Amino acid sequence: MAAIEATSRTLISRAQLNRPVGRAVYWSTLSVLIVLFALVFLFPLYWMATGGLKSAQEIIQIPPTLFPSHPHPSNYSTAWSEADLGRLLWNTTLYAAGALAFQLVFDVGAAYAFSKLRPAFGNVIMFAMMATMMIPTAVLALPAYLTANNIPFLHWSLLNTPWVIWLPSVASNAFNILLLKRFFDSIPGELLAAASIDGAGPMRALWSVILPMSRPILGVVSIFAVVNVWKDFLWPLLVLTNTSAETVNTGLNQLSVGIPENVLIAALAIACVPTILFFLVFQRNIMSGLTAGSLKG
Amino acid sequence: MATSTINVSAVTAYEARAAARARRRKVPLGRRLRRHGTGYLFMLGAVICFALFSWYPMIREVIMSFQRTNFAGDTSWVGLQNYRHIFADPGFWAAWRTSGLFTLFALVFGFVVPFLIAVVLNEMRHAKAYFRLLVYIPVMMPTVAAALVWRWFYSADDTGMFNQILTALHLPNVQWLQSSPMLAVLCLVLFSTWINMGGAVLIYLAALQGVPGDLYEAAELDGAGALKRIWHVTVPQVKLILSLMLMLQIISTMQVFLEPYVITRGSNNTISVVYQIYQYAFSFNNYGDASALGIILLLVLMVFSAFYLKLARSVEED
Repeated sequence: MAAIEATSRTLISRAQLNRPVGRAVYWSTLSVLIVLFALVFLFPLYWMATGGLKSAQEIIQIPPTLFPSHPHPSNYSTAWSEADLGRLLWNTTLYAAGALAFQLVFDVGAAYAFSKLRPAFGNVIMFAMMATMMIPTAVLALPAYLTANNIPFLHWSLLNTPWVIWLPSVASNAFNILLLKRFFDSIPGELLAAASIDGAGPMRALWSVILPMSRPILGVVSIFAVVNVWKDFLWPLLVLTNTSAETVNTGLNQLSVGIPENVLIAALAIACVPTILFFLVFQRNIMSGLTAGSLKG
Repeated sequence: MATSTINVSAVTAYEARAAARARRRKVPLGRRLRRHGTGYLFMLGAVICFALFSWYPMIREVIMSFQRTNFAGDTSWVGLQNYRHIFADPGFWAAWRTSGLFTLFALVFGFVVPFLIAVVLNEMRHAKAYFRLLVYIPVMMPTVAAALVWRWFYSADDTGMFNQILTALHLPNVQWLQSSPMLAVLCLVLFSTWINMGGAVLIYLAALQGVPGDLYEAAELDGAGALKRIWHVTVPQVKLILSLMLMLQIISTMQVFLEPYVITRGSNNTISVVYQIYQYAFSFNNYGDASALGIILLLVLMVFSAFYLKLARSVEED
């Protein structure tokens, strides 16, 4: 009811919009906005994609050409091999997939324990986890790096291994546990009691009762997990120093010195393709997840 | 009559409590331990990750800020010396100036612009999906790729897109990143706004859907124009989400690192606080100074995050 009201009446009333002046203003604003959005958000992509096709001379030519006069698709193949983009994209995918798996398993486990199993001092542990949301990630970078380089008691170094992305990703996303816990709280305890009478243990109850009901929130958490790994820069810069272990972000940063401009731009264009495709495919989920996540805290 | 009911209910409550206590006692210790044990088992993975990469590093950060580590890796206590040292470093104040300036400019652009765009988009009856899709595309680009594209746009010579546009308009070229530090920071903020705006716009759009239409109706009957309606109806209605986003933005912009690191490489006085921490730690191997600066940043941001959590709680209660 409220939603219909809200969509039917916004800032400007329908009557005002339907007046000739209102209509003229509306249509001109709309067309200006459409052009403006295309210029601001699409043109840089176009500039990048065509810049990658230009020759070294053409890219610095004045006035610039809107479309390359002699397209050099070879820039793209040079960029692919020179930047070793396949490796960068594969590495980042591996890190993101692992971070997603670890976060799903560990976060769901913890949220389930906090919400339904409620062991003694569970709320104290939960509070200690939520308190980390107050710590800026940049502050922890140095001590976390030192810890990853020399794990207490075991004296292993996780640097340049996927573990150094996977395990900290759980600790840096306390918010996901909170989201899951809140969702689990809304699942009635009677359902679990019924499952327990039927002889289901806590694992079975989680798997067959809770998880099937939690698909939407699991989707939100998954998207956060993947996007965070894909966008992170400072942490991979510190802990993935081997060229063979770099992510897209740190690899491109490394590459940006001492490579011809047009080849670099071709490399950037290629690097943008996977995530933009990912976004176009999961558009709906990402956007609804975003508004659910906006009430962080 | 009334008193007896109270007595009866008091007695039954007492009995119920006693029965519950007895029931609890009847659950064998073994089973009770197992229930707690299962609970701990389920949270074990997360607890290990937090212990290793959040709790322990936080303690370590505090300790390191009072210590000095030499090249052999030996540590010694130096009290407040690290803090005194960084306060005396001119780079310290320059870094805070850069981060502060970045945050300030980001308030003007990164905060106000997305809200205004959302208000205008909310009035549009067509092409809604188009706007939403486009504004979010930069968010999905690998950040460094986008930053390097913008670095190229900002090139001082004629190769930069912005200077090419100026040339086409017969205007003199601008040294975007090389002339004044203020302009350089502003350029970084423009990039940052462009790449981050999508999330904010979509969140505001969702919030605006919840503003009741009759409030606008009433304001209009009272003779309030469109701008007045935005100020007196829209803003108060989405005030909580606005202040939440404001806090979040201040917290993240005070930690700016990628923009100066990738786009200006710290040249022209654009080294931010986090960049300075990075340099102390990894260029000069001075973990003590890096940690001390980290603690100061933590304390400054703590004020904002505390305020943020308080706001978040009141949003939840609504």
